[in-house]
Amino acid sequence: MPMLPKSLKARRRLGVVVAAAVILAGAAALSIFALGDTVSLFYSPSQAAEAKVPAGRKIQLGGLVAKGSVEKFADGSIHFVVTDNVQSMKVTYDKDVPDLFREGQGVITKGVFDSHGVFKASEVVARHDENYMPKEVADALKASGEWKGDQPGMSKP
Amino acid sequence: MEGRPARDEQTLIAELGAFALALALALSLAQVGLSIAARVKGLAAVRGAGEGAAAGAFLGVILAFACLIYAFVTSDFSVSNVAAHSHTAKPMAYKIAGAWGSHEGSMLLWCLVLTGFGSVVALTGRNLPWRLKTVAVATQGLLGVLFIGYTLFASNPFERILDVPIQGASLNPVLQDPAFAFHPPFTYLGYVGFSVVFSFAIAALVEGKVDEAWARWVRPWTLAAWSFLTIGITLGSFWAYYELGWGGWWAWDPVENASFMPWLIGTALLHSAIVTEKRGSLKAWTVFLALASFSFAMLGTFLVRSGAITSVHAFATDPTRGVILLTIMGITAGAGYVLFAWRASSFTGGGLYARISRETTLVLNNLFLAAATVAVLFGTLFPMIIEAITGKPGSVGAPWFNLVFGILMAFALVILPVGPLLAWKRGELPGAMRKLSAAGGVALAAAVLGYILVDPKKWLAAVGCGLGVWLIAGSLTELAERVKLGRISRAETLRRLGGLPRGAWGMTIAHLALGIFALGACVEIAGKIQASRVMQPGDTLAAGAYSLKLDAVSDVDGPNYLAQRASITVTKDGKTTCLAKPERRTFPASRTTTTEVHICPQGLDHFYVVLGEERRGDTGQPVWLVTAYHNPLAWLIFVGPILMAVAGGVSLSDRRLRLGVAKRRTATPAEATPS
Repeated sequence: MPMLPKSLKARRRLGVVVAAAVILAGAAALSIFALGDTVSLFYSPSQAAEAKVPAGRKIQLGGLVAKGSVEKFADGSIHFVVTDNVQSMKVTYDKDVPDLFREGQGVITKGVFDSHGVFKASEVVARHDENYMPKEVADALKASGEWKGDQPGMSKP
Repeated sequence: MEGRPARDEQTLIAELGAFALALALALSLAQVGLSIAARVKGLAAVRGAGEGAAAGAFLGVILAFACLIYAFVTSDFSVSNVAAHSHTAKPMAYKIAGAWGSHEGSMLLWCLVLTGFGSVVALTGRNLPWRLKTVAVATQGLLGVLFIGYTLFASNPFERILDVPIQGASLNPVLQDPAFAFHPPFTYLGYVGFSVVFSFAIAALVEGKVDEAWARWVRPWTLAAWSFLTIGITLGSFWAYYELGWGGWWAWDPVENASFMPWLIGTALLHSAIVTEKRGSLKAWTVFLALASFSFAMLGTFLVRSGAITSVHAFATDPTRGVILLTIMGITAGAGYVLFAWRASSFTGGGLYARISRETTLVLNNLFLAAATVAVLFGTLFPMIIEAITGKPGSVGAPWFNLVFGILMAFALVILPVGPLLAWKRGELPGAMRKLSAAGGVALAAAVLGYILVDPKKWLAAVGCGLGVWLIAGSLTELAERVKLGRISRAETLRRLGGLPRGAWGMTIAHLALGIFALGACVEIAGKIQASRVMQPGDTLAAGAYSLKLDAVSDVDGPNYLAQRASITVTKDGKTTCLAKPERRTFPASRTTTTEVHICPQGLDHFYVVLGEERRGDTGQPVWLVTAYHNPLAWLIFVGPILMAVAGGVSLSDRRLRLGVAKRRTATPAEATPS
């Protein structure tokens, strides 16, 4: 075949390059294809209200856990309000929240809005750092002008 | 206050630490200067001085580290790092572990490991070509200068505070845990172990030569770093499993991915270095992987530190320092890749191999591992990518990683048992297939069984179980082939078994261990049963074949915490199998609460019980949310990787791979490559 290099060595090298290209292209295609239903975008309550996120779409809702909003029920579920001090949204979660989940602290919840506009979380993330403020939440608070200092909740010894 | 020494004495110790660190910086600079001079002028005495400086730098960092530990042990709160991370009521072991629990302390640990490995390189390897070694020592010294300089000037663990507090803020309670005390040292031994491989890659590029001796040096270092990293990741995963009370062990969180990517690259390097050593092929690729392994180790550590990617458990994020660290990384790795682009074309030669050969399987292994690493990198950086494109932050979840990584790895795992059964240069596929037919049959049966037994049907998990069994059976087949089991007399087989080189044992055990892990992971994910219920004493809860009864909840005083401890009787088929005592601990010093899971091992399974926060029931009585998980084969998930690390150790003990024997090797029949 005139298209192929003459030396056996060069032909073998070409083979490896082709195999590498096929595998990497396959991996890239797989990565992009798999994105479809797993990407969840981050919204603060104000952004979610503005964007009118449709019910059933998987998103992340993040902000501060509103003070005095946490209700724990005997069936094990928990209700609380996520706020960016401009908009507030009710969140329900049917498992136990992480140890560092606290009122007034930053939180990211992952889940969907139901038809009544209540956010049903399937995952609640609060970080194991008492000075925690997720970057997304901090940016959203800065955007809404509700940002208060760089390290909220920082307690000096 | 438990016999705190006088202030004057403490003052001296912390200053001594800072001084020792400054000394180590000066010695590292000397190491670079002397080694470069020795390489250029070819003076043996100067070369020796450079190596001596490397050892001196290590001694300096040891002294600095000892001073920091002393400051933690004596609770010297005039040192700001101690005040921020220690507490007099903390158990002694965690006072010591607190020394590397903070960003500053962990960077000092990084420097300790870096200079330690640097001095091992400097003081051993008399048989290496002196030019190669001198450049490697210089590179290692340069890394030392960068990181010690950073620690000293941007993240000094000995910094003082003027307003000395009476009590410290304590280490984050979730970190006060035996697995977590050892997780950072092992992980760093792994990460920084790749720095030696990196230095040798730079040396090879500078000298323009990659040969068998080079590969023989790079392999044991890679193996050692890889084994340490394996232990480090496993400890971290085990810690997350039992300390965070979420019933899972891997969440594809950026911090986890950060440690996993260098592991994947290290695994690829481990395999490509074999080809370079035995066959002289893949030279440039091996050098590239050697550069990449340390680049990924740095990228992972510092990307998370910089706060650029939000992680559930990133500790000590600090954007300013993160940027400095990323800059150091950019300079180091960037220089390496520029050098690579410039010089790699000089690596030519190497044996030809047929399409069906062991080389081909190792190349495919490397391609899939590289593709998987890039995929994990893409998923980890996705929040930055999507924000750059759409202006909106977002992320991909664990399902994406499971699917993409799972499929890419599945290909690699299918090929894995075939490789060792093929000969170098030219192998016979039909022969290998025939030998593996029994293993294939067992694996297929396991996959079908997995599909039928698990409800709801999970075909990906069933494929995973089949692959796990395929690896286990395939590794055993390979071992049986080596000793010609059943084809020769039993005595002869036993003699062959005893005569197998340690390196061969290492490979077989590592592949077997990977199968054990894959089987455990797939069965655990597919067969996990979770049940939770709000309970008051006397209530019962069923989880799969198990049921549990909350007997009582009592208050317990710990050394530096208060706890609520539940007494739970776990029964299976009417018989009591376990008395679980999960706790919730409140640490007054940092006002945080932690969950102490109780794990009842049931054979290879785990029955995992979590006590939730106390709340009020319908009539105001105290109730607790109790969550139970039945995690089938969960032990395999942690036993597999530890066994892999052990296999790394077994391989390292092979005299062919022992440090310093690189050139002395003479071929003996026992070492001849089995076909």
